[in-house]
Amino acid sequence: MFDFGIITGWIHTQLTSLMPEGLAIFLECVLIGICLLLLYVVIAIIMIYMERKVCAAFQCRLGPTRVGPWGSIQVICDVFKMLTKEIISIRHSDRFLYNLAPYIVILASVMAFACLPISRGLEILDFNVGVLFLMAASSIGIVGILLAGWSSNSKYSLIGAMRSGAQMISYELSVGLSILTIVVLTDTMQFSEIVMRQADGWFIFKGHIPAVIAFIIYLIAGNAEVNRGPFDLPEAESELTAGYHTEYSGMHFGLFYVAEFVNLFIISGIAATIFLGGWMPLHIPGLDGFNAVMDAIPGFIWFFAKAFFVVWLLMWIKWTFPRLRIDQILTLEWKYLVPIGLLNLLLMVIVVVFNLHF
Amino acid sequence: MDITLDLIVFAVLALFIVVSSVLAVTTKRILRAATYLLFVLFGTAGIYFQLNYSFLGAVQLLIYAGGITVLYVFSILLTSSEGDKAEKLKPGKFAAGLAATLAALGICLFVMLKHKFLAPAFEHGELPVREIGHALMSPEKYGYVLPFEVISVLLLACIIGGIMIARKR
Repeated sequence: MFDFGIITGWIHTQLTSLMPEGLAIFLECVLIGICLLLLYVVIAIIMIYMERKVCAAFQCRLGPTRVGPWGSIQVICDVFKMLTKEIISIRHSDRFLYNLAPYIVILASVMAFACLPISRGLEILDFNVGVLFLMAASSIGIVGILLAGWSSNSKYSLIGAMRSGAQMISYELSVGLSILTIVVLTDTMQFSEIVMRQADGWFIFKGHIPAVIAFIIYLIAGNAEVNRGPFDLPEAESELTAGYHTEYSGMHFGLFYVAEFVNLFIISGIAATIFLGGWMPLHIPGLDGFNAVMDAIPGFIWFFAKAFFVVWLLMWIKWTFPRLRIDQILTLEWKYLVPIGLLNLLLMVIVVVFNLHF
Repeated sequence: MDITLDLIVFAVLALFIVVSSVLAVTTKRILRAATYLLFVLFGTAGIYFQLNYSFLGAVQLLIYAGGITVLYVFSILLTSSEGDKAEKLKPGKFAAGLAATLAALGICLFVMLKHKFLAPAFEHGELPVREIGHALMSPEKYGYVLPFEVISVLLLACIIGGIMIARKR
């Protein structure tokens, strides 16, 4: 596997030879920040285009076709439309919190996005408590949604925000439990280390039964965590117009929209990293020729292929199932997913203690 | 005293924390106070990350920013009517608060100026998670298994109390 650490290390030595170390580190931080935001926007644009095409395919339509080849410029036109729209201000609303809320949501999303290991040596935030940090970063987004709902001074927004708060706090538990199941198997919480341990087989194969159960729980809970699919009642358009972002317009609405799609990508990227090996190619112990061929494909292609595969799975779920009621959502979480997740954690501990995994 | 990157980052974080905490107590609207409190907690987490104690930083974000602030905002949304503003303080209460603040400031300054600190140093390199885990669960000296268990009993009592209050009958 090609190690991108060589390139980043070379840039660092070149910069430190030109200027003092403090300034060099500051410049590198700025550079990485710009790259991160660019990647964020590009992923958002790809995701929105993909959503339209996948949705169209499931509904037997064509999706966007007019602008550009296969309608591929359509999303960029929409971005310009969004940028030129007026940002309205609501009367009797808390102006400061109203303007702040989208940025809290986007901040949480960018912090979680920075945790994804894209390829070898291309990890931005790689703490030894990486999994814990990811959970922490993604839990901040709830505050933004609650503030948006409250400060809009609208009943629809408030109800949407309350639903979203209840739903996200509940489902965070299941996401945490299913990730913890894999942490038991790996005995590390660092993302780069988790990927390295999957060199001789992805965790979904190594952990067999408990890993598959954890993967399914993670997909359900992750889908609910990003307010999508059958769990989209915070923004249920048929009852709440648009939920917590009803009153937002222009780029403020755009930030919510972009954060939602990138959060979907983050959930899928984490699923790909933890269960499907991240940037690690498919290795089968014993078949050296096959492994060498798989190694020839660069790591970031593996990562994006797996992540977009999971995205496609989640979109399939979204456009297939009808929306749930709020009591059904809470019943599903507290009466089924949490107990199953706890039992599954116990099962994984038994598997690890008696060395029953591959 | 030479200015390093660590020092600049610390100064920025400290200024951010001070400004946010002053705003949190001076603002009239309760939800804004909760938001400024969130900023204070972010700043504190930033200082932990700067000290390379990423475990404590992540826990700070997870428990305080992601948990307790959400709880505050949620309960404010459920209880207070929109545009809820605090009433003006009575002069007696204001004087008492001011006196308490000044006394606390005096004690803190006295302790900080009197005490001889070790030379400040930013250590590079993270504390391994394994070490933290062993310290949390070990019954030996510098082990925290007793506080850990006591807190779990406290949480159990809270859960039972919550069920008792919420039960209809």
